[in-house]
Amino acid sequence: METLIFLSAFCLLCAFGFYLGRARALVTAGGRASELHSRPHYYGSYVAIWCGLPALLVAGAWLVLEPLLAGWVLTANLPASAATLSEGQLSLLITDIKNLATGNVTSRAADPELIAAAESYARFRDIGRIAMFGVMVAVAVGGLGYARQRVLPRLRARNSVERVAMVTMQVASTIAILTTVGIVGSLLFEALRFFAKVPFTEFLFGLDWSPQTALRADQVGASGAFGAIPLFAGTMMITVIAMLVAVPIGLFSAIYMSEYAGPRVRATVKPVLEVLAGVPTVVYGFFAALTVAPFFRNFGESLGLTVSSESALAAGMVMGIMIIPFVSSLSDDVMNAVPQTLRDGAYALGATKAETIKQVIVPAALPGIVGGVLLAVSRAIGETMIVVMAAGLAANLTANPLEAVTTVTVQIVTLLVGDQEYDSAKTLAAFALGLMLFTVTLVLNVAALHVVRKYREKYD
Amino acid sequence: MTDTSLPLLDTIGSKAWDKRLKRRYAAERRFRFYGALAIAAAIGVLALLLVSIVSKGYTAFWQTEIALEITFDGEFIDPEGTGDPEVLALGDYQRLLRTAIRERFPEVTERRDRRKLSRLLSSGADTTLRDMVLADPGIIGSTQRIWVTASDDVDSFNKGKIDRNVPEADRRVSDQEIVWLDALQAEGAVRSSFNTIFFTRGDSREPEQAGIWGALVGSFLTLLVTLALSFPIGVLSAVYLEEFAPKNRWTDLIEVNINNLAAVPSVVFGLLGLAVFLGPVGRYVGLERSMPLVGGMVLALMTLPTIIIAARAAIKAVPPSIREAALGVGASKLQVMTHHVLPLAMPGILTGTIIGMAQALGETAPLLMIGMVAFIVDIPGWIDDSATVLPVQIFIWADSPERAFVERTSAAIMVLLGFLILMNALAVLLRKRFERRW
Repeated sequence: METLIFLSAFCLLCAFGFYLGRARALVTAGGRASELHSRPHYYGSYVAIWCGLPALLVAGAWLVLEPLLAGWVLTANLPASAATLSEGQLSLLITDIKNLATGNVTSRAADPELIAAAESYARFRDIGRIAMFGVMVAVAVGGLGYARQRVLPRLRARNSVERVAMVTMQVASTIAILTTVGIVGSLLFEALRFFAKVPFTEFLFGLDWSPQTALRADQVGASGAFGAIPLFAGTMMITVIAMLVAVPIGLFSAIYMSEYAGPRVRATVKPVLEVLAGVPTVVYGFFAALTVAPFFRNFGESLGLTVSSESALAAGMVMGIMIIPFVSSLSDDVMNAVPQTLRDGAYALGATKAETIKQVIVPAALPGIVGGVLLAVSRAIGETMIVVMAAGLAANLTANPLEAVTTVTVQIVTLLVGDQEYDSAKTLAAFALGLMLFTVTLVLNVAALHVVRKYREKYD
Repeated sequence: MTDTSLPLLDTIGSKAWDKRLKRRYAAERRFRFYGALAIAAAIGVLALLLVSIVSKGYTAFWQTEIALEITFDGEFIDPEGTGDPEVLALGDYQRLLRTAIRERFPEVTERRDRRKLSRLLSSGADTTLRDMVLADPGIIGSTQRIWVTASDDVDSFNKGKIDRNVPEADRRVSDQEIVWLDALQAEGAVRSSFNTIFFTRGDSREPEQAGIWGALVGSFLTLLVTLALSFPIGVLSAVYLEEFAPKNRWTDLIEVNINNLAAVPSVVFGLLGLAVFLGPVGRYVGLERSMPLVGGMVLALMTLPTIIIAARAAIKAVPPSIREAALGVGASKLQVMTHHVLPLAMPGILTGTIIGMAQALGETAPLLMIGMVAFIVDIPGWIDDSATVLPVQIFIWADSPERAFVERTSAAIMVLLGFLILMNALAVLLRKRFERRW
């Protein structure tokens, strides 16, 4: 909270710098703004930037250095008894001291030595923070003073300000690249560590998935098996079920909306369908687990079938409902893009509307439709919450949609939720699965774009 | 025209011609019917989804309470009569409740039955009394009629979710308890009142004490971080890519990247957050699991493509004549941007931002991975406290075995959907009101 107060005060200082710079510019120009190279507020911005930017850089550097310094101080001030501890005990001790200093729960009763260490640590951090605030203010005031003294009518303030703005924009636009690099880098790095423990071929072609690693080495099933085929099969099955629901409903809705519906119906139905895409997936998961799955189970029982309460069917169907708008809105767009002349030509030959749609419009729009379906498949594969809540956990290699299956995303979540040691094979397996997921969805997306671009008919 | 091998003898008006025409018209009607059916199915499922959630959840907005004559016996609250708030806070308020309900049913003497009797009340009901005493220590020694929260089973029974006609073994409220409740009911000591607990408390293991306020605050803080990061970065990159970037391989790469990022599954962003923000670097600068700060950063990366794509479309829609006019009177390129193009594009950018925020508000999967699933009772105060968010709270409750959580989960979903509708309505309003067609 005090950081927030400090930051607001800091912003006020920058605002003051702005005001000062502008006033100074007008004074040096003798009150005639036309004498200045730039508009007066550029001088204000110039001073404000000099006031804010260096101070923020200092703050950034401090953020990086402070934990390091605090760590040094902590190790230097450790109680004498710590010298004999092993590395693991030492790190536990350090964690305890840190927790004690921040008022958290510790793993042992606090003895006076520990409290003393924690207090000196907390004191150092407090002093450090106050020092940082002080240095920031000093740098800001210094920058302000320097810039203010540079404000003269011939100073090209606008050019400087615009240069800063341009650099800021360039930095902002590289964040997207950095995100991708971060995703690929972290997935690859962790996945490679996983493949050092489990051979790549075993992961890709193994038929047995039971990632529980035992607590003791002599326990039964201590090794854990990481064959991902059951997960891929489960993902495929749920995706296929979802597409069996989404493609017909989505396609027919799109056909009706683009070819039959009047503008009024269109204007109401289209947003309503898009609501389906806006409902959070956790809500679909709840619906699947508490309404659809029990319904299928009871319905199956009345027919004498055993339906698992976490059947692939329920999860897949609800996922299909979620995906309807992806198929329908994309197909609708491409069918609308088919020129009216093609329709008129078909009608002139005596075709009915349905015949025109089936034999002229859908074939002409097919690349777009296929692209939309591919995007929908990629969405289905990556969908998480519905399957986490409504599909099973146990890896089950089956072709029966009434049984429980598990998917790649379910396993990623179950492997990582809760506290785990960071580099066990179990945790790393999630990253390997994530890498597979990322690759497959990426390929599907690229393929979809490619299909749309390559096979699009050009009519104009 | 479907069949090219038709005999040429079919002349207009002949029987075969007539028949074929009828068949074709029937196919036409059928096809049209399929289309209407598909739309009806989609809308029907949406309606079913909403109806099933509302019908399960609307009861959670009421909570059953039981009136008891409570004697604020100083002996159990503050035996030494110090009046010190710290002593008052530690008083044995459970005992007051126990005494009160036993006095109401003096005929119950069996130890086991007495315990059952106490279980009619919520195990968290004592906080009500404690808060009363802390607010006004003067009530110690007095006897008052007070409405206290009933337990979740009593609540379900009172709302008609437990049928008294099923055999005793199959319901969670015993015959004995029903007799007591009927007795209380007969004298007007049972009521349903608005469930303030649900809107003012954090999570709890007891359904009747669990609320969504903690999750709502967590969602707010998380979205605050998301907005503070993704809006400026998104708008700046959109402006740069649309107006200033040279057309070269680097900018092409950025563009392809943004389009691909928009389609990356959300779990993958969770993995990124776990490996980078909670990895060695993140821990070094003090980031921890369950922080809204970390959640907000992950969601910001997810929302960024949405905002960039919407902002670029909005900037592109501003006609070039406006730029040329501004350039013509001597504005610099950046001035054209900040004085003319951005203000005109702002409604479109804001619409895209609100839609992106709505997506972020409903997002669950990546937040599970960065530890926002923890059981958190306290209301988070700032972005570095442990917190959970509304969709994750829904997930936690949906997983809970307690039956009474079902109605609370549905109610939480209703609140979440309410916020989403509000945000989307705002986006539509902005678009309708301010967007200009050139």
